[in-house]
Amino acid sequence: MLSANLSAIFYLISGILFILALRGLSSPETSRQGNFFGILGMIIAITVTFLSIGNFSNGFIVVLIFLLIGGLIGAFIAYKIPMTAMPELVAGFHSLVGLAAVFVAIAAFLNPDAFNLGSPGNIKLGSLIEMSIGAAVGAITFSGSIIAFLKLQGIMSGSPITFKGQHPLNAIILISIFILIYLLCSTQSSNLFWILLAASFLIGFLLIIPIGGADMPVVISMLNSYSGWAAAGIGFTLENTALIITGALVGSSGAILSYIMCKGMNRSFFNVILGGFGGTEQTASKQNKEQRPVKSGNADDAAFLMKNASSVIIVPGYGMAVAQAQHALREMVDTLKKNDIKVSYAIHPVAGRMPGHMNVLLAEANVPYDEVFELEEINNDFANADVAFVIGANDVTNPVAKTDPQSPIYGMPVLDVEKCKSVLFVKRSLSPGYAGIDNDLFYKENTLMLFADAKKMTEDITKNL
Amino acid sequence: MEIDPFIFRLSIFILSIFIGYYVVWSVTPSLHTPLMSVTNAISSVIIVGAIIAGLAGNSDSIFNTSSIFGFVAISLAAINIFGGFLVTQRMLAMYKKKKKDK
Repeated sequence: MLSANLSAIFYLISGILFILALRGLSSPETSRQGNFFGILGMIIAITVTFLSIGNFSNGFIVVLIFLLIGGLIGAFIAYKIPMTAMPELVAGFHSLVGLAAVFVAIAAFLNPDAFNLGSPGNIKLGSLIEMSIGAAVGAITFSGSIIAFLKLQGIMSGSPITFKGQHPLNAIILISIFILIYLLCSTQSSNLFWILLAASFLIGFLLIIPIGGADMPVVISMLNSYSGWAAAGIGFTLENTALIITGALVGSSGAILSYIMCKGMNRSFFNVILGGFGGTEQTASKQNKEQRPVKSGNADDAAFLMKNASSVIIVPGYGMAVAQAQHALREMVDTLKKNDIKVSYAIHPVAGRMPGHMNVLLAEANVPYDEVFELEEINNDFANADVAFVIGANDVTNPVAKTDPQSPIYGMPVLDVEKCKSVLFVKRSLSPGYAGIDNDLFYKENTLMLFADAKKMTEDITKNL
Repeated sequence: MEIDPFIFRLSIFILSIFIGYYVVWSVTPSLHTPLMSVTNAISSVIIVGAIIAGLAGNSDSIFNTSSIFGFVAISLAAINIFGGFLVTQRMLAMYKKKKKDK
């Protein structure tokens, strides 16, 4: 049996290894090593926990069985999941962290002796506060992530669900959660504990339903952050350093990602969280819907334009993920490169449904990461490029964001696609994007619309090159 | 006056938030998806709490309400740990540099 001091030191080591795991992600070269540090930290934490309990009775076998079941399911999912389904997977994983936090809190509440927290009905006040915060945040993470998962998976409509009195209702539930925590701590009543959990599940659900599909990058990052804070809350309860460090890391990581995503849309965090974006704007766009002329072309025209170009910039978006067009795109680019055409990729921070979504898909299609650029890095290059190939992106290319202060997306950083000599825009129809506003780019003199499925169009262009 | 151990834990917590802040800002944007999946995996270190809960049943009965919650939490966290690290590994293996020979 390991002494408490020694195990605390091992927990500290595993916490440090987790920091190094995140540090590794600063560049693709060091990232694999970082992941290895993470795995090592986890092995240390689990081994130390077993050794510090030192009770190798039949309970140990059961623990191993449950560990193995979970491990097998996890490994199976990790190998089977297609890269396009990554946002759903991450949302699903967040929900599991949340639920695990809730269950650990319940176990600690029912059997506080096991955690040295006092006895049932007489739990140390500090531990009870930490436990109930951990449980509440965990429950919010769980139900919120489930909704995010359903929306991303398409089981639930991605459009915002709003109803009258939504914000007051949410406010009432949030306030009652604080009151419940206070009452729980003064009475130790288990009924209040269950009500607290139920209220937290409910608010998680209500907070996410009004948020629309394209705001999912913010939602996923936010839930990522919550899962960290839940873990930290439990870490305080269990007086476990590894858990406190990890919770803080994950919590701040998710918060930073949410901030980056909000900045990418030029919207405040509260604006996103209050939801309903995209629904109200539709009426505005219908008013000024005069028919404007659009030039449309076919794969042949597109191939001709690109063949005569010397540099091409590709702008991928969520549509590419939906059409699974990343491999076809890479083949097209290979052909272009054979003709000595310079090709680079421009990624908007909120392209796709989660931070870094497009980068992973391009990496999957064997696109070298040093050909892929972020908005700030590449935005000046559009003016010198011959062709911009927009595939599955829409709002992030809309010049209206720079010109029209009335527009709901005014001020959002956009890719300066229109500065290219010509723009090829692959899209299924002229329908407006998520923000519900018309894209001025469609009607520009130098824009050629390619109305087709992204994957099919890309393949056709390759044939014509 | 002795300092409450809680204060030490709070110090660790707050310093870790700062570490997290600086470390995450240095993560390259192209690796933001692996960042999310790996943070998922590491936050499942909550499994240590689940293991303690699972092993807390006395020797005559391994299963009581508390330990059952512990056991289920072990499985949930294990899905995340294995799934999170492996899927991160899979993603990171795809990030390749341009071939130099061409």
